[in-house]
Amino acid sequence: MSSLSVLILAPLLLFCFISALVGIWKLKWSYAAAVTGVALALAAAVAGLCRVLADGELRYFLGGWPPPFGIEYVLDHLSAFMVVIITFIGLIAVIYPPEAGLYHTPRRGIPAYGLLLLLIAGLSGVVVTGDLFNLFVFLEIYSLASYALITLGGDKAVVASFRYLILGTIAGSFYLLGVGFIYFSTGTLNMADAARLLPPLYGSPTIMAAVALIVVGMGIKLALFPLHVWLPDAHSYAPPVVAAILAAIQVEVAAYVIVRFMLTVFQPQYFIDVLPVTTVIGWVAAAGIIFGSVMAIAQKDFKRMLAYSTVAQVSYIGLGIGLANPLGLIGGLLHILNHAFMKSCLFLVAGGIRHQTGLHAIPQFAGLGRKMPLMMSAFTVAALSMVGVPPTAGFFSKWYLVLGGIEANNWAFVAVILASSLLTAVYFFRVIEKLFATPSSGDPAVEQAKEPPARILSPILILATGIIVLGLINALIVSYVLQPVVALLP
Amino acid sequence: MVVLDIFMSRYVYVLIIVLLAIGLYGMLGKRNLLKKLIGMNIFQTAIFLFFIEGAAKAGGSVPVIDEIIGMEAAQYINPLPHVLILTGIVVGISLTGVALAFLLVIYRAYKTLDDRAIMANMKEISE
Repeated sequence: MSSLSVLILAPLLLFCFISALVGIWKLKWSYAAAVTGVALALAAAVAGLCRVLADGELRYFLGGWPPPFGIEYVLDHLSAFMVVIITFIGLIAVIYPPEAGLYHTPRRGIPAYGLLLLLIAGLSGVVVTGDLFNLFVFLEIYSLASYALITLGGDKAVVASFRYLILGTIAGSFYLLGVGFIYFSTGTLNMADAARLLPPLYGSPTIMAAVALIVVGMGIKLALFPLHVWLPDAHSYAPPVVAAILAAIQVEVAAYVIVRFMLTVFQPQYFIDVLPVTTVIGWVAAAGIIFGSVMAIAQKDFKRMLAYSTVAQVSYIGLGIGLANPLGLIGGLLHILNHAFMKSCLFLVAGGIRHQTGLHAIPQFAGLGRKMPLMMSAFTVAALSMVGVPPTAGFFSKWYLVLGGIEANNWAFVAVILASSLLTAVYFFRVIEKLFATPSSGDPAVEQAKEPPARILSPILILATGIIVLGLINALIVSYVLQPVVALLP
Repeated sequence: MVVLDIFMSRYVYVLIIVLLAIGLYGMLGKRNLLKKLIGMNIFQTAIFLFFIEGAAKAGGSVPVIDEIIGMEAAQYINPLPHVLILTGIVVGISLTGVALAFLLVIYRAYKTLDDRAIMANMKEISE
């Protein structure tokens, strides 16, 4: 059953069409079709991960054409790990009811669920493909779907989405140009084949330019510090479900692409010693962590604060890549998983608050904690995990990053991680204090607030439970899934 | 003469770099959103030209095997970059279509396509 990698994509793409078509006359069916599609994909992804853990990597040749002539899909530890995260967070986000998640139930004929599935399909495609150009196609598929989904947030979101479209296209084009350089130097587009042919060409300026273009392109997509300008607007104006998917998994896929190039297409030494790629990413990420945290403290709007916090949190992943030793990279990859759970939980809470009360600014939240204790407890768990309080999941990824920093003798990075935990604590405890300690100001929206219905509450509670469970089982994830990934590193 | 030879063999790349620079300037330097979109199209076209130039061979024939030309790969131009760029063009068209739809919505909402005017307007509404 090496076809599992295709079986992840097939239901997503099939139900993407079905969901868009049946949505023309019954919105409920569109929702049901979308949930079915992502659930099937998640089942295939989990089966794929189990197979990979038992037998090693699974390769599938599309159309029966063996590489380097055909496109191959590869499921190895890294891509199976990523695709399970993508489909799980995708499923939770699709289940989240549209009246809270998309601000209002979309009108008939608006293929919101079809686009969500297309976004998840594009993200899964990027991580399972073993072909450089196929990766570009999936990159543009998920980008197009996310541009369209952001605009569901209204007029301001359209402007934010247009700016993201321009920068996202620059990113995609840089990647395509880099792949062009690799193709004309080696004559192959297959990742494994390129890895075999590239080492003699490591001195060539063309290949160096290709690496620079691909890393800068993915740096824009990952919102690394000076290239993050599109993210705060796009993520704060997008509807909560869209923002949850974008912040939790869409941005992180760019980190996957950088790791994939570093470990599979090139040898890690090339990124570490020959070119200063990891050093640059590490320092830029360190600056991004501090910048994002400071900006988050300054925000009044809840979703905007979360968006700036995303800038800081994805930089932790960049820091893990920058440390370029096994412990550091484990920390970075584990943070992809943890951040996916924490940030999607927080954005869904933001959607729930807005649906129940219509509020979105933090100063208005005073006294809300007593009105909706269950949802706000879930928020508190996610916030504590963002700060890095044990035993929540967020503690462990920071722990591995700190260990990696100590091993690399890079005390500046260790200091940045610790300092940013304090800054994160400042901006989340500010919200927690408003919710639970500040007495209500008598705002009727707060006074009449009730715990949201189970449909809204259950996805949030699943994610919050997941944060604690991931914290408890993190040793299993690290030793079975992530250790084989980083085995290539020196 | 050597300089001229080098120029003749490389001038396409110079043109491509000029186009890339014009495109980047349009996307990042222009204030009008429509001009940003035109810059994006120029930028993408430059990349398409780069791939097509890479596929070209002096004296190469269309990549359909012909008995007179024989089976020698050097006699045919490389079809793969053309296929890649066909896909690239489809992606570019979709991006342009989506972006034009956004511009319609933006113009209806703000009555302008000037970046700074829209930013000022957005600030006003949120405060």
